[in-house]
Amino acid sequence: MFALEVAGNAPLALQGLWFILIAVLWIGYLVLEGFDYGVAMLIPFLGKTEKEKRVIVNTIGPVWDGNEVWLLTAGGATFAAFPAWYATLFSGLYLPLFLVLVGLIIRGVAFEYRSKHPEAKWRNAFDWMASIGSFVVTLVFGVGFANFILGLPVAAAANNPSLYVVTPSPYFWQLFSWFGLLGGVCLVALFLFHGSLFLALKTKGEIHDRATAFAGKVGLVSIGLGAIFLVSQNLLHPIGPLGWVLLVLAALGLVSAWWFNGKGRDGIAFISTTATVLFVAVGIFATMWPGLGFKGVGDGLVPSPLTAMNASSSELTLTLMTVAACVFVPIVLAYTAWAYTVFRRRLGVENIPDDEPAPALAG
Amino acid sequence: MSAETLARWQFGITTVYHFFFVPITIAMSMLVAIMQTIWVRTGSEKLLRLTKFFGKLFLINFAMGVVTGIVQEFQFGMNWSEYSRFVGDIFGAPLALEALIAFFLESVFIGLWIFGWDRLPKKVHLLMIWLAAIGTMISSIFILAANSWMQNPVGAHYNAATDRAEMTSLVDVLLNPVALVTIPHVLVTAYMTAGGLILGVAGWHLAKIGKPQTEKEKKDASAYRWATKFGAWVLLGAGLLTVITGDIQGKIMTDVQPMKMAAAEALWETEQPAGFSVFTIGTLDGTQEVWSWKIPGVLSFLATGDFNGKVYGINDLVKKMESEAFTNSDLVLQRESAERLAKVGVTDWVPNIPVTYWTFRFMMGLGFLAMAIAAWVLWVTRKGGLPTPGKLWTSLMFAAPLAPLFGISFGWIFTEMGRQPFIVYGVLPTAASASPGVSAFEVGLSMVLYTVIYGALAVVEVGLFMHYVKLGLPDVSEPKVLTDDDAPLSFAY
Repeated sequence: MFALEVAGNAPLALQGLWFILIAVLWIGYLVLEGFDYGVAMLIPFLGKTEKEKRVIVNTIGPVWDGNEVWLLTAGGATFAAFPAWYATLFSGLYLPLFLVLVGLIIRGVAFEYRSKHPEAKWRNAFDWMASIGSFVVTLVFGVGFANFILGLPVAAAANNPSLYVVTPSPYFWQLFSWFGLLGGVCLVALFLFHGSLFLALKTKGEIHDRATAFAGKVGLVSIGLGAIFLVSQNLLHPIGPLGWVLLVLAALGLVSAWWFNGKGRDGIAFISTTATVLFVAVGIFATMWPGLGFKGVGDGLVPSPLTAMNASSSELTLTLMTVAACVFVPIVLAYTAWAYTVFRRRLGVENIPDDEPAPALAG
Repeated sequence: MSAETLARWQFGITTVYHFFFVPITIAMSMLVAIMQTIWVRTGSEKLLRLTKFFGKLFLINFAMGVVTGIVQEFQFGMNWSEYSRFVGDIFGAPLALEALIAFFLESVFIGLWIFGWDRLPKKVHLLMIWLAAIGTMISSIFILAANSWMQNPVGAHYNAATDRAEMTSLVDVLLNPVALVTIPHVLVTAYMTAGGLILGVAGWHLAKIGKPQTEKEKKDASAYRWATKFGAWVLLGAGLLTVITGDIQGKIMTDVQPMKMAAAEALWETEQPAGFSVFTIGTLDGTQEVWSWKIPGVLSFLATGDFNGKVYGINDLVKKMESEAFTNSDLVLQRESAERLAKVGVTDWVPNIPVTYWTFRFMMGLGFLAMAIAAWVLWVTRKGGLPTPGKLWTSLMFAAPLAPLFGISFGWIFTEMGRQPFIVYGVLPTAASASPGVSAFEVGLSMVLYTVIYGALAVVEVGLFMHYVKLGLPDVSEPKVLTDDDAPLSFAY
């Protein structure tokens, strides 16, 4: 069933394990940064007063940076476990990844710097940077994952048979097929839903009610778009009954989130979108085995010449990395969970201290 | 310009810029942790104010280090895909471990420290900054091990079937002699910078207050005096360790990269003993010396530990490389891939000599300047002495952090450009490791936009930084763990 005739670098079990671990890291990233992207996108829209905006920012203030490390670890793990995947993917999606980096930079400084000066213009500027930065990153990843489902066409480089490149290069406008665009819009809607449910879970008072009302609306949009996307995915890149099972589970998550949000059950609603993110990600990664989101050049699902088997690191490296992951992933999960319990309380405008009086910024 | 040349520039610009924030993050987190520890142990309000003051300056800087660091991890794959493919089996592991072990630690615990003042008991809260500081240190260990492997590729062999370098021993990679001396060298220079920053900020305030009149001024002056001396001792102590580790590093470099040592001195012909030139005027292409001021025997000492030692010149080294390449190397990877290297071809074995020559001198000169400032400040402030405010004092206070900071940049430019024409020394030429599918337009466009964004962020960050420097020590109240769900937090964004 697998292309075992390809010269393997390491045992298939280790390659499979690392493919799954990378998927797990991505799921951690999508679940956790997913809500902080959603929350950040909503800052200029759901916060009417300055204190309300600060409530929104502070629901993710202590945790967003740790959430982002899941992406860095996914990137690092791809580099270490599948160097050829990392090399081909990152050079092949040059401009989209550049957009991601710009988005991450402007949203990252925004959280830290907005609070450092009380002037309205300064704060508005950083609110929009946080919002637009989060939107761009979400959109690009949505388009990206939709293209992994279709497969990015790769071929060996002209004078280097060991190195695969996405073909034709630059591969940019080709990303924006209807399905690619749908993926981008769907992920934005999903993260807005996921984020507004997190906001409802973490706030009280008027801002909580506004988040719940918004979740009710964006939830319906997510359910509609999500259904179209998931059905299209299973038609465009069928993986058998598993794909349809995951589709049903993901859809159930969305409906349950919308239903419990309407009932005022913030916790179960948020857990439901978390489940949806999980099932959608599992479904997408299932289409990426063993071709890693690539395909051969040509129409349709041409098998990829670059696979988990020939892109992986050596047995020694994968073994060492496995040991490190077994030791440190549980530790990371434990202290991350503890951090969330430290900041478990809901926030309202009454919890936000007044600004320290500060003289104007010197030029 | 070709995509490859642009990619080199992009790496230079983004990495030098990123490293403006790294030393302060690494060392300042630990120094703030020390201040907070003294506060927790003694209850001294002075130390709490200093913790909060320098903590805020540290965080303004930390944010920039985080966001510019992400670019680094992505850049290898984006601009240098053949490099990534060729070395990923070895180079990828420290990067992944850095994220898993260090980045999570520093990011999660820095959040707990920033927002935890009224959520966590005093001692638990103190532990948060220590864990974050340890995270930044672990991070530097992994990334320097990775960089040291590029200088001296140990613990690896060449696999012809996969046409790439593969790991034979992680222990060898982590215990690389270059790494063992580079890690302490880089860490102590970080402490020079952070010490210089504390000295500069506190010393500037100390001179501004002058002879304290009011009760508040007396309180402030006492805190600034403590910080000025603390910063100066850190700078001076770290400076001495920098000299010692740098000296050992020079000797190891002579051993594993003799060309880099010759390039540091622009030594064309082999000499025994070899002098160290403080200043040289050469022809424009850097191949010939017109005039120089030399101290006899010093290069021999720097390179070999013996004032009479023999130091190989560039011309002899080129001859040796041309005739045998790395076929006789002790390093398995260099020896096994010598044939591949011959096929790929190297056109010029010599790094950019004017760059290596001057960056080496600027690095050392700025380091010694910073140490001299620290010694002078300690002398002036001894026994309750007060600095004389004025242009000279202010300039010295600016120079105290900036001299080591730029010294570090020059040191990195020397290290990386002295390794050329190789990206992995003696194994893979830089020219053969760029991404084949990426166009000059893509690299150029992203480079211009990075530069614009980084420039704008620099204006914002320096403005904010100076704003909080001028505000000075904050008023503080004893932090208490909140029990009332409706009470305002002591800190919120």
